[in-house]
Amino acid sequence: MDSALLIHRLHFAFTATFHYLFPQLTMGLALLIVVLKTLALRTGNEIYNQSARFWAKIFGINFILGVVTGIPMEFEFGTNWSHFARVTGGVIGQPLVMEGVFSFFLESAFLGLFLFGEKRLSPKGHWWAAFLVFFGSWLSGYFIIVTDAWMQHPVAFQRAADGSFQVISFWGLLLNPWAILQYAHNMSGAVITGAFVMAGVGAYYLLEGKFTDHARVFVRVGVIAGFIFSALQIFPTGDLHGKYMARYQPVTTAAMEGLFKTENGAPMVILGQPDEEHQRIDNPLVVNKVLSFLIYGTSTAEVKGLNEFPKDQWPTNIPLLYYSYHIMAGLGTIFIAVMAAAAFLLWRKKLYESRWLLWIIMLCLPLPYIANTAGWMTAEIGRQPWLVYGLMRTSAGYSKYVHAGNGLFTLLGFMGLYTVLAILFLVLVNREIAHGPSAATENVNAGNPYTVA
Amino acid sequence: MLFIWFWLVAVMITAYVVLDGFDLGAGILHLFIAKTDQERRIVIRTIGPVWDGNEVWLLAGGGTLYFAFPLLYASGFSGFYLPLMIVLWLLILRGIGIELRMHLEGTVWRGFFDGCFALSSILLAIFYGAALGNVVRGVPLNQEGYFFLPLWTNWRTGADPGILDWYTVIAGALALIALTIHGAHYVAVKTSGDLNLRARRVASLLWPALVLVTLVSLWATLSIRPDALTNYRKFPMLYVIPVAVALSLIAMYLHRRRNQDKGAFLASCAYLIFMLVGAAAAVYPNLLVSTTDPALNITVYNAAAGSYSLSYGLIWWISGMLLALGYFVFIYRMFRGKVAA
Repeated sequence: MDSALLIHRLHFAFTATFHYLFPQLTMGLALLIVVLKTLALRTGNEIYNQSARFWAKIFGINFILGVVTGIPMEFEFGTNWSHFARVTGGVIGQPLVMEGVFSFFLESAFLGLFLFGEKRLSPKGHWWAAFLVFFGSWLSGYFIIVTDAWMQHPVAFQRAADGSFQVISFWGLLLNPWAILQYAHNMSGAVITGAFVMAGVGAYYLLEGKFTDHARVFVRVGVIAGFIFSALQIFPTGDLHGKYMARYQPVTTAAMEGLFKTENGAPMVILGQPDEEHQRIDNPLVVNKVLSFLIYGTSTAEVKGLNEFPKDQWPTNIPLLYYSYHIMAGLGTIFIAVMAAAAFLLWRKKLYESRWLLWIIMLCLPLPYIANTAGWMTAEIGRQPWLVYGLMRTSAGYSKYVHAGNGLFTLLGFMGLYTVLAILFLVLVNREIAHGPSAATENVNAGNPYTVA
Repeated sequence: MLFIWFWLVAVMITAYVVLDGFDLGAGILHLFIAKTDQERRIVIRTIGPVWDGNEVWLLAGGGTLYFAFPLLYASGFSGFYLPLMIVLWLLILRGIGIELRMHLEGTVWRGFFDGCFALSSILLAIFYGAALGNVVRGVPLNQEGYFFLPLWTNWRTGADPGILDWYTVIAGALALIALTIHGAHYVAVKTSGDLNLRARRVASLLWPALVLVTLVSLWATLSIRPDALTNYRKFPMLYVIPVAVALSLIAMYLHRRRNQDKGAFLASCAYLIFMLVGAAAAVYPNLLVSTTDPALNITVYNAAAGSYSLSYGLIWWISGMLLALGYFVFIYRMFRGKVAA
């Protein structure tokens, strides 16, 4: 591989992966904060408002890191992938600018009001501020998914004489079926992160015996949301997305599943290491016929293996794709098991005393981050070797006048700066968690920019 | 229609400079006019609820540019690779400097965040000025419409320039001084007492420097780009713009002398607007000129996206921006008045 191409791919992959650690929490948490604010309005119980204030602080730290690491993403289309930007700007320029015009202005306006304006607004007014921040962040997510979905499954375009892509249907682009499926799956994944973080922090407080009134709210809201969305993550969102993918990116499906040869009644590989050289899975643990059933609904259907496709259309890193997919799917299964057990005990009113399960919930806190990251790696590594699936190769899109040396310079710069950000993030979040939700009320005025003369 | 999109992009960039300009100015002044922790907190609070929204104009402006003129976005962003990456790092430092400060106590932590905020604001102002200088001076575009500029070469304008040369350094100095004054007027409007007095003093002291560097940059522009006046000669009406720049400078001086903070701030907004409009009027229909061969210039004609998306775009883009303006009016009204101690 050309080293400049490799550097530009790593550059985008690194900055995008680090960036998405923050929005997956803020999008999920935004929904749960609206739930807390709604409960506060409905019941008048101050515990819910204090809980919402505590999570708003965690949200604020994550949001600002999401903003500062998100700005580079919009620039990198032009800086690192200039030829791609030039050829496809007539299509993906639209969702990208729509995100700015329709979401960023909304979010930036109401975030300050939500974080600092509680005293200035009525309880209902503050609920609306929380709702608009939630709405803006979910809308933002949709435009990004539309952009990625068009690269995965290009629709609603024509090619001009110079080869550039141009939109021919505004709604066709925005309502790309791939985008709708991917959005459902992705947003459900974000709520899982938010739910596990909320429940995990609650479990930690319960195990420590601190802030127990708030902790029960965190665990209850986190477990109910976590159970619902872990289920939705697999069925129907993951199931439908997987079937659509098998139809339009069959070579990716074959590589994800580690299916080297076409089979009738194809098995599902649970564990094992793909061996590209001998075209097989080493140490396999498989369940027969399940893959055929999952894709086509019958256990005897034929599933095409990698052998059916020319090698120059195979995803470029099959082992990494295979592992990303298996890590995502494996963790998704664990989430269901943990949250189903927790929801059952919650219903039986035994959860808050079941220390063994509180330990498990707390230790699961990092796992949704890994699952969401692995899911995106599955989507993006699976798209290779294409930038625009079937139409434009990755090797044709990077900035060829930005040489490997300059690319490596800025990649190292981002790695250094993001290390500093990661340390700051951990210090700040750790501090907020140590302060706990009760203290959140006293601090509401510290640094409050809305305190005016 | 290309004419409309050119001006929509220009309006977005101008709005960004005017709005985020005072955030940057407040940051540049931060360490100099705010001495105590409380004063520094006040300076940050003057921009606290608005800076993030102001920065969105950069994103939405960049996005609009990408949407309307993909070739310009692709060529410009990859050609200005190094300075843009540095701008991104500075924007990150500024964001955490403003937002994370209040989460941590202690002299050392606060000093760290104040330093991030001030240093990144100073360098951003210089880089933005230099960037505009690069666009006016031109870049060595090749046959494919691409280029790559090192940070500096021999500090001369010419066929093989760097990001920084004597001309773009002047442009950087102009931006630094203009935004410092802009920020000083803004801080004066939003504060009272000692901070207000120090901000007013900075603005008065720097005014002669602003007049001088404005004239120097005008002379420098005309000496390296004699064709900059082509549009002005064709449409003499355009000479209203430089006259408006001069009037803004005079109004700034008079309001400052009478200690009318709001008037001085509005004059400073007008100065920035007319300077940028004047530059845009000189450049049109070029978007990025080639220093090697005028036939390689990137213009609104050869850089535009398809006409379907541009005409459909006018509908949703304008509705979206009207909504955004609504939020801005709402937020600035919520935040009116001076910041309390």
